[in-house]
Amino acid sequence: MATDSAPLPARRLIKEVLGRGDYAIIGEIVEPRSKVLDLGCGEGELLEWLMDHKQVTGAGVEISRERVQLAIARGVSVYQGDIDQGLADYPDQAFDYVILSQTLQQTLKPLKVLREMLRVGRRVIVAFPNFGHWRVRWAHLVSGRAPRTGLFPYEWYDSPNVHFLTIQDFEAFCVEQNWVVERHYFLSGNHRVKSMPNLRAEVAVYLVRAKHP
Amino acid sequence: MIVETQSVQFNSITLDSGAVIAPVDVAFETYGVLNAGKSNAVLIVHAFTGDAHAAGVGKEDGKPGWWDNMIGPGKAFDTNRYFVLCINVLGGCRGTTGPSSINPETGAPYAMSFPMITIGDMVRLQKMVVDHLGISRLLAVAGGSMGGMQVLEWAVRYPDCVAAAFPIATTARHSAQQIAFNEVGRQAIMADPDWNNGNYYGFKPPARGLSVARMVGHITYMSDDSMKEKFGRRFRNKGAAAFTFDDEFEVESYLRYRGNQFVDRFDANSYLYITKAMDVFDLAQGYPSLAQALEQAHSRFLVISFTSDWLYPSDQSLEIVSALRSRNRDVAYCELSSNYGHDAFLVEVGEQTDLIRGFLARVYKEAA
Repeated sequence: MATDSAPLPARRLIKEVLGRGDYAIIGEIVEPRSKVLDLGCGEGELLEWLMDHKQVTGAGVEISRERVQLAIARGVSVYQGDIDQGLADYPDQAFDYVILSQTLQQTLKPLKVLREMLRVGRRVIVAFPNFGHWRVRWAHLVSGRAPRTGLFPYEWYDSPNVHFLTIQDFEAFCVEQNWVVERHYFLSGNHRVKSMPNLRAEVAVYLVRAKHP
Repeated sequence: MIVETQSVQFNSITLDSGAVIAPVDVAFETYGVLNAGKSNAVLIVHAFTGDAHAAGVGKEDGKPGWWDNMIGPGKAFDTNRYFVLCINVLGGCRGTTGPSSINPETGAPYAMSFPMITIGDMVRLQKMVVDHLGISRLLAVAGGSMGGMQVLEWAVRYPDCVAAAFPIATTARHSAQQIAFNEVGRQAIMADPDWNNGNYYGFKPPARGLSVARMVGHITYMSDDSMKEKFGRRFRNKGAAAFTFDDEFEVESYLRYRGNQFVDRFDANSYLYITKAMDVFDLAQGYPSLAQALEQAHSRFLVISFTSDWLYPSDQSLEIVSALRSRNRDVAYCELSSNYGHDAFLVEVGEQTDLIRGFLARVYKEAA
């Protein structure tokens, strides 16, 4: 699979419009005219972009009523509900891709969520902040306190993050669960990280599928 | 925007029951301009006691339409872009054939000889009007309450004719509680001696029964909070109870006023027939499940409910949404925050406008 399938102008645009490196990667991964479910879709910016540029059929789940309203006002089919219970209605393999962008660390039961995602989707795209980044390690080592960095800016008591994982953790997890990593991307800001991702990448994006029998 | 109700007559309509009404008159209004491709038509379906006058100012009575805050230039259903159509339902009393219409076979009003009608019959008659206007596909069908039931029926019965479906504050079938409230209304009418087995045309109408029915209805349209806010325990004149059975409380006075006002514009027999049609309506009828019924639909759905609506609670909207999702259908759902109870779909203009205007624009773009 070529990672350069999206034409350059499109990639530049998605960065300009969405301003998030992981969104740009997702824009590259998703095949045209596919069915996409975005969990924790916020105001539906990514889905709108995918609908406009990849002619996808999009659906989203978002817990905040305000954000659901904004997403629907963009014409995106978003359902107000939480991720942990929001997938149960969907039949098996209803989507080509199920996206979980930067919220895996906020779900109460990540394994349950990922399994559900792999049930309703043929492929899963997961983006998460890497807790193994050197700045996080450094902050913890030097301060002796729960690390606070640009990527993890919260105090321990008001952080929405409840699970902290590194790139190595996720890789091991996939092996353990018998999931196939089809592609991965490591980012620092909007730049690709080529070496030592567990130290140098702030965000990891994985394209995962269940192993076929 | 001055508007005039139009009408069209069809030779006959065959009902779900097999009965035939011939001929059948239909009252409707249109706003905006139908484009050359006839691809910008939006059908608004009205609630129980609504009528074809959904928007603009009536040419004869000078009154605004029942959803005028949502339909018009620049509004949620923007008449600068869309051709908006609203049709009085079958069984009604505002221009479309109903129990108060003259039965040509007898020369007298149908009264209780009017055949039983269903939500499906209402929709089939609307389809005849849409066909009559040469529209093969509606950009959207939208409506609240009983209007929402018709939206669902449209989407299932005519899947290729509905690009987007907006069922608002509605249900796929009435609960026992909803049937119960309607039954109280019907019994109030039928207990009024003036009802006279439905044969009151040309005589005194069952005004007391009909107004009590309407009073009960109004209670169910409001929320406890909105009634507290609007009336509280306030007295109408003095600051204390005079211990009479006059309408001393503001809430009593309001309900009586609304009840009496209703009698002037609504026919008691239409009340009976239409509430029965609502109670009997079950979208899943003829299918093994609601999900299998909704599987027939191919529209983009936007389902809206309101937090304080206890007559058509969000649970019922969620049942629809869940069934659609289980069949992998395209559905957006939002529960809007409101204190106004079931009335919210008529009152909460701002947020509904944002949702509908944006969603509809997208559907229009995709359909183009």
